[in-house]
Amino acid sequence: MTAHAEMSLADRPLGNAVRVVAVDWAVLDEGEARRLRALGIDSGAVLKIAHRGIFSGRDPIAIEIGRMTVALRRAHALAITVVDAPDEGVHPSGHTASEYAK
Amino acid sequence: MSRAPRTIALVGNPNAGKSALFNALTGARQKIANYPGVTVERKAGRMTFASGEPAELIDLPGSYSFEPSSPDEAVTRDVVMGHQEGQRRPDALIVVVDANNLEQHLVFAQEVIALGMPTVLALNMLDLAARDGLVLDPKALEESLGVPVIETVAVRRKGLTELTAEVAKVTEEGAHEPTLPTHVDIVERRVSARAMAKGAIISETKQRRLHRGLDKVLLHPWIGPVVLFALLFIVFQAVFAWAAPFADALEGVVAALSDAVVTNFPAGLLRDAVTEGLLAGVGSVVVFLPQIIILFFFILVMEATGYMARAAYLMDRMMASVGLSGRSFIPLLSSFACAIPGIMATRSITDPKDRLTTILIAPLMTCSARLPVYAVIIAAFIPAQTVGPGIGLQGLVLFALYVAGIVGAMLVAFVLRRSVTQGAASGFIMELPRYQWPRARDIAIGLWQRGYIFLRRAGTIIFTVTIVLWLLLSFPQAEPGENQVDASIAGKLANGLAVVVEPIGFNRDMALSLIPAMAAREVAVSSLATTYAVASDDEDETAEALGTRLAADWTLPMALSFLAWFVFAPQCLSTIAVAKRETNGWKWPIVMLLYLFALAYIAAGATFWIATAAGL
Repeated sequence: MTAHAEMSLADRPLGNAVRVVAVDWAVLDEGEARRLRALGIDSGAVLKIAHRGIFSGRDPIAIEIGRMTVALRRAHALAITVVDAPDEGVHPSGHTASEYAK
Repeated sequence: MSRAPRTIALVGNPNAGKSALFNALTGARQKIANYPGVTVERKAGRMTFASGEPAELIDLPGSYSFEPSSPDEAVTRDVVMGHQEGQRRPDALIVVVDANNLEQHLVFAQEVIALGMPTVLALNMLDLAARDGLVLDPKALEESLGVPVIETVAVRRKGLTELTAEVAKVTEEGAHEPTLPTHVDIVERRVSARAMAKGAIISETKQRRLHRGLDKVLLHPWIGPVVLFALLFIVFQAVFAWAAPFADALEGVVAALSDAVVTNFPAGLLRDAVTEGLLAGVGSVVVFLPQIIILFFFILVMEATGYMARAAYLMDRMMASVGLSGRSFIPLLSSFACAIPGIMATRSITDPKDRLTTILIAPLMTCSARLPVYAVIIAAFIPAQTVGPGIGLQGLVLFALYVAGIVGAMLVAFVLRRSVTQGAASGFIMELPRYQWPRARDIAIGLWQRGYIFLRRAGTIIFTVTIVLWLLLSFPQAEPGENQVDASIAGKLANGLAVVVEPIGFNRDMALSLIPAMAAREVAVSSLATTYAVASDDEDETAEALGTRLAADWTLPMALSFLAWFVFAPQCLSTIAVAKRETNGWKWPIVMLLYLFALAYIAAGATFWIATAAGL
């Protein structure tokens, strides 16, 4: 079951694809929450940490989602709960239920 | 039958290639202003339909949705809905989507199309899609969206005729029943965007390799910052080295003009006003046009290639340590050219405290108007020797002045974020656009606009100030045996100021140059030039380079103190005026003015005394 353990995006290593299972919108600023949703970073999205900074907390974080690269902070990543999704290509949220099943 | 020209608006996600399409459709016939009441830039230009009928094209700020999360996005919504004061509701919309990122860009496109306004979709950047092995079916997209879809490559001017023709057609047809459902939430739009994108993509290869490879290096935790700083260093070296031949040529032209006036017109006050006031003053500022153009060239190229957003990413951590975000980096970098566009660019910062802090520190970034001052002083006092391969001492001193401004700004931000602009830590969420080859045409249009703005400033503010200063310096006329500067009104004014700035090593001429420099920093140079031109009765001496005169008149600690003053001093009324507009009141501009003068005084004084003590 460890492969499907839920953890924060902030704690994920570089490179592995992960699926977003929950976002704690309450801890995020309203405008930032809106921006994340607009970029497709929401439950169901599959993304990948592509780059991280060097200093404390390895902040900021660059993620790949769909055909975009999006920079965000560790504080945002902490609010995003993910599970491993090793076989899926990265994509924003908006997949239909049948696609999840695969 | 004539009617008001049609208004067409370009809408779309950030990085969809809207600006390139705007440039392609309007050429250099652009007008940049502000929307009344808000501080968002309004970019408008003229396009022409095939019938010859002109239309006004407006380029709206890039948006992800009509639910705004920044002032920019609010303007896009208000203009499209017809709620924006002073802006007619557009007759038709061009939705620009990046062919490479359909499933993302179609989310907002659907929201726009669902309004039922006359709309054409421009499927843009097809060349990049082809490069990435993406083959698209515009007809399929047209069917699922219910609006005409035109394939465009803005950079190659491909599809522009078809786009214009289609826009003319839908404008004539007018509003219609929305072709897409209107009451849908973002999740549903996402699902359908994905389905539409899937239906329109005939074949695609995996992700773009070039993009990834570049990011691996440029966003690398430690190679990335090294590349960024190396790049910034090259920029500043280039500004100093490359511009020299052009500046010399311009200087030659000014000197030749001055000679021509002297030989062709009878001696008298009018001739003196032209040679000593106009040509010595305005001329000594205009010669810095090459440096300004070079600096803007680098900024525009960094923006056009997509590197600027990477720079913001790399700088985020550093900015976070003083309570700002990577978003502040772009306004601050623009402030290296001029604080005015820099302060205006803070609109993209969503957090109000963050934005205010950025506005307050923007004047500390070394703007191009300081370059004339730095350039003259450095050329006169710092020997032109190399201290390493390709590293000149003069360039190094210039670099140090820039660094002093940056370090000062960071310290001030740190203090401000813990005092007057206290608040929650700001965030940083930003799309990093795909890398693109910059287009000569777009860069040229940008440079033309910047150069024009600078020359217009030289032609108006600087012209007026130098003439007024010349009058103040020339009247009342000196008695025989008396020095003209001492006798003049300006000389008397400067005597008062000189008492205040004497402890920091300034002489009377330096104090005098600070007065007109309040209008624009670069006027300090023309003011010095005017002062020294007036002080000499000998024509040859007038023609003598200002630098040589300064080197003879000032000591090195005085020169360094003058440089330190200009790193910090708020010597620019236009910046104060813009800060007032952007912060809606006098409170913050006054805070800005006071803290900057205090810093300048302390920095110049410390520099003077340390340099004197060190025996320089």
